Amino acid sequence: MESCGLHCTKIENLSVKIGNEDIIKDITFDIHCGELLMVIGRNGAGKSTLLKSILGEIEHKGTVSFIDMKENKKKKIKIGYVPQHLNIERNMPTTVYDMFASYISNKPVWLMKDKSLYKKIRENLRLFGAEKLIDKRVGNLSGGELQRVLLAIATTPVPNLLILDEPVSGVDRNGTKDFYEILTKLKKDYDMSIILVSHDLDLVKKFADRVILLDKSIVKEGLAEEVFKSKEFIERFGEI
Amino acid sequence: MEVIYDILEVILPFDFMSYTFMKNAFLAILLVSPIFAIVGTMIVNKKMAFFSDALGHSALTGIAIGMLLGMTNINISMILFAVIFALLLNFIKNKTTYGADTIISVFSSIAIALGLAMLSQSGNFNKYSSYLVGDILSISEAEIGYLFLAFILTFVFWYYLFNKLNAVSLNTTLAKSKGINVKTMENIFAVLIAIMVMISIRWVGILLINSLIILPAASSRNIAMNMRTYHLFSILIALFSGITGLIISYYQNIPTGPMIVIISGIIYFLTFGIKKVIKEK
Repeated sequence: MESCGLHCTKIENLSVKIGNEDIIKDITFDIHCGELLMVIGRNGAGKSTLLKSILGEIEHKGTVSFIDMKENKKKKIKIGYVPQHLNIERNMPTTVYDMFASYISNKPVWLMKDKSLYKKIRENLRLFGAEKLIDKRVGNLSGGELQRVLLAIATTPVPNLLILDEPVSGVDRNGTKDFYEILTKLKKDYDMSIILVSHDLDLVKKFADRVILLDKSIVKEGLAEEVFKSKEFIERFGEI
Repeated sequence: MEVIYDILEVILPFDFMSYTFMKNAFLAILLVSPIFAIVGTMIVNKKMAFFSDALGHSALTGIAIGMLLGMTNINISMILFAVIFALLLNFIKNKTTYGADTIISVFSSIAIALGLAMLSQSGNFNKYSSYLVGDILSISEAEIGYLFLAFILTFVFWYYLFNKLNAVSLNTTLAKSKGINVKTMENIFAVLIAIMVMISIRWVGILLINSLIILPAASSRNIAMNMRTYHLFSILIALFSGITGLIISYYQNIPTGPMIVIISGIIYFLTFGIKKVIKEK
């Protein structure tokens, strides 16, 4: 299925200040359905802050709106999020089911394993090849396994916009490639917009539909080749 | 109440059960242990052990303020102060970049110093020094009623809000993206701990209350494989140490609170050993 291109998330004048310091300033961009937008920038450029303000977790100025151009009206946006890391430890007694159910249901996981919920979770995990992990403890999963589980959680229910924060840390090369292929499939199959913060410039070049170079504000935006050749990019990352 | 006493005598026909104070203590343990056991699971997961300890310390200031205002029911001033203390602590913790342990330590020290100073100055310290170690054998029927309310409150809370709390504890941003109000959940949980600690502190003691919250959950965490067994083992361990602690303290003339904690401590090291054995297999 080709993406319909008729849904659009508008980020307008997003700014975050802590004290007197601008963490991000006047960020404005659109992202359409079926588009994979990658955000790059050095440490401290405000990448995570940008994601957190789009999610509404931190105080910010500016707006995030979602427009259905077919019906030409604003709708409430559903955002899925894949975090960088979790507050977990090896052997802690939280299984994938326990974690998944906690995020999508109110049926108390400490009291019972709900059969229909268990089935639903297994089905969702299956889409990411992770159904066998359902009874494993989250602290004992490999980086790649955890990433698939988190992706399954983020896409249940299917969001309009999927946000991923540096998801490649702690995952091997093959796992990372698989992961990007899953993302490409997701944006096509579900007509999802995806914003991804990445450090891996090779993968950005290969998979991004569009790239934003962030340094408190957007300093360069466009196709990967254009951004990588720009003087703004070379000033920050050198020639590649 | 008479009916419950009769049932206890039939089920447990031992001579320690012939005393009313032992029956009351037994009932109190049946109510307090499961509350601590289940709330403890989340306190351990969220690494809030220091937080609940600080709340225990705030009891002294709560008592002192109640005395100063001439309140007849000290429980109310204790609970109110602990709730304000917990919310203020959460608020400041979110506003600063210092480690949470530093902020909690600051609050804890001030609360205990203020409480001691105010109680000593008004000459009431000796009257309330029993709060330090607690005395479960002096619990009255009406007070068991309070514990029963706390018991119900905790289980209702846990039934409806546990998943959200668990979601927040794993990753706040992810929880937020699923429409969970992170700050509200953290505040509600802090208030629950405050109420629970204050209702039971007189029977358990400021010095020991945190051991009862942490030890059963920490022991269970060593051997549990999922959330259900985590809670189940925690409750069973808490009940077992509570009841055996009460019985041993009766026959050996040892204070009940410390005896319960000693047994919980032994169980912790046993489960720690079991964990090592499981791992090596």
